[in-house]
Amino acid sequence: MNPEIKSYFPILNQEINGHPLVYLDSAATSQKPTPVIEALKEYYEFDNSNVHRGVHTLGNRATEKYEGAREKVQQFIKANSTQEIVFLRGTTTAINLVAQSYGRANVEEGDEIVITYMEHHSNIIPWQQLAKERGAVLKYIELEEDGTISLENVRAAITDRTKIVSMVYVSNVLGTMNPVKEVAKIAHEHGAVMMVDGAQAAPHLKIDVQDLDCDFFAFSGHKMVGPTGIGVLYGKKHLLEAMEPVEFGGEMIDFVGLYDSTWKELPWKFEGGTPIIAGAVGLAAAIDFLQDIGLDEIEKHEHHMAAMAMDKMSKIEGLDIYGPKDPAKRAGIVTFNLKEVHPHDVATVLDMSGIAVRAGHHCAQPLMKWLDVTATARASFYLYNDESDIDRLVEGLRSAKEYFSDVF
Amino acid sequence: MSFNNLDQLYRQVIMDHYKTPRNKGTLEQDSVNIEMNNPTCGDRIQLTLQVEDGIVKDAKFDGEGCSISMASASMMTQAVKGKDVDSALKMSEIFSDMMLGKEYDDSVDLGDIEALQGVSKFPARIKCATLAWKAMEKGVHEEEKS
Repeated sequence: MNPEIKSYFPILNQEINGHPLVYLDSAATSQKPTPVIEALKEYYEFDNSNVHRGVHTLGNRATEKYEGAREKVQQFIKANSTQEIVFLRGTTTAINLVAQSYGRANVEEGDEIVITYMEHHSNIIPWQQLAKERGAVLKYIELEEDGTISLENVRAAITDRTKIVSMVYVSNVLGTMNPVKEVAKIAHEHGAVMMVDGAQAAPHLKIDVQDLDCDFFAFSGHKMVGPTGIGVLYGKKHLLEAMEPVEFGGEMIDFVGLYDSTWKELPWKFEGGTPIIAGAVGLAAAIDFLQDIGLDEIEKHEHHMAAMAMDKMSKIEGLDIYGPKDPAKRAGIVTFNLKEVHPHDVATVLDMSGIAVRAGHHCAQPLMKWLDVTATARASFYLYNDESDIDRLVEGLRSAKEYFSDVF
Repeated sequence: MSFNNLDQLYRQVIMDHYKTPRNKGTLEQDSVNIEMNNPTCGDRIQLTLQVEDGIVKDAKFDGEGCSISMASASMMTQAVKGKDVDSALKMSEIFSDMMLGKEYDDSVDLGDIEALQGVSKFPARIKCATLAWKAMEKGVHEEEKS
């Protein structure tokens, strides 16, 4: 990875608590490069207007940029058509839309919804709610000892009663990369649809929704160097076409009568209200930025970072790393605990050294239960991290250990 | 590496409470049993109180969490034991002011609790320190209602 990449991220060039910032919390949200910040600034300074309605020039420009961003996303995930790209607030909103629209129309009493133990809360609760409402059964696919998913367990969980399978592509805790393509195939054999939570995948891997043959794919802009508040739901056209909107209002209508209304065609029927125009513009700039570097290059870099971090961190006595031991099976996420030091305390000590990591349950309480821990610390790497960041982390962890062994 | 700032947070007396917590466990004869979580980080506390005639006769806590949350729980149980309910609630109010970095009533002897003052400089950790006190407040109010 080009060492100059860091210089595109102005936020990284600062001191925190007297030390140069080392940002290792990209799985929570990524930092933003200058081209993305500039794209937002330019949009607001020159093009800002509402879309799809104004006859005036600015209205046209804003519409072109907004719909241009949709084309960019379509190409980025290799969707068949822009009609399959719905702009929403983020992954959470996208999963909720599928649960509330597709789910309510297709899941009946006694049907099954299948997820896994490594899901983020936002890929659990929408299904819990749907299952409760419809009298359906929510099933969890068991994990292997090393935090991976075996196709045997997938086959054991999915039956002809299964209507929806929803699975995270890359785990935000374990870093595990799941075989979603193979799972989609199994789901389809049983007549179920496959939803992929791509929040941690889209920033780091080349995505090809047609090759994965998933029915729905959701991701968020802010985890892939884009702005907060913009996300994408991909859905196969025939599925989206049959689905009812869940948000009603301006922008999504075709004709409004006194007692009945009709909807616009895809994808706009799902985009009620003034859309997230600037967010989409920022997301398009983010995609350009990532593609200029190359997603293959980014993925390679992250495997390299994960491998190096695991190697160096495992030399610290009393440090446990969760998830697959084989770096090839995981993305740039390393979740760990330091013996006898609570992860909050670890995170505070690291923060005092200018190092930002996440501590807590990472919005994955069922997984924490499976790991038999109440909380963990997590370092997540992205394209702007390098070996020196890992060295700082390791040094910080050693100091934390030393500090707490002194007070004990 | 020097950690002068950290020493303000992890005072000796805090680490002492963390290492050897006072009043750890659950009361067999409790009048109040409260469980509280800190949903952002997974800290969990179970607090049992024995309240009689407006006096907190006994208090015990159990749970999981970081040094600050567990030490604070230990100190809280120590502080409220034997106090009347109003004094316990008053102390909680003082503690809350202290955490928010506000001026607080210093006429009350806070004992070990004073050591937690440094937490106010670490905004992300304030919720860790206040968890046990929130549980106590909730417990006392529930007891009053019943």
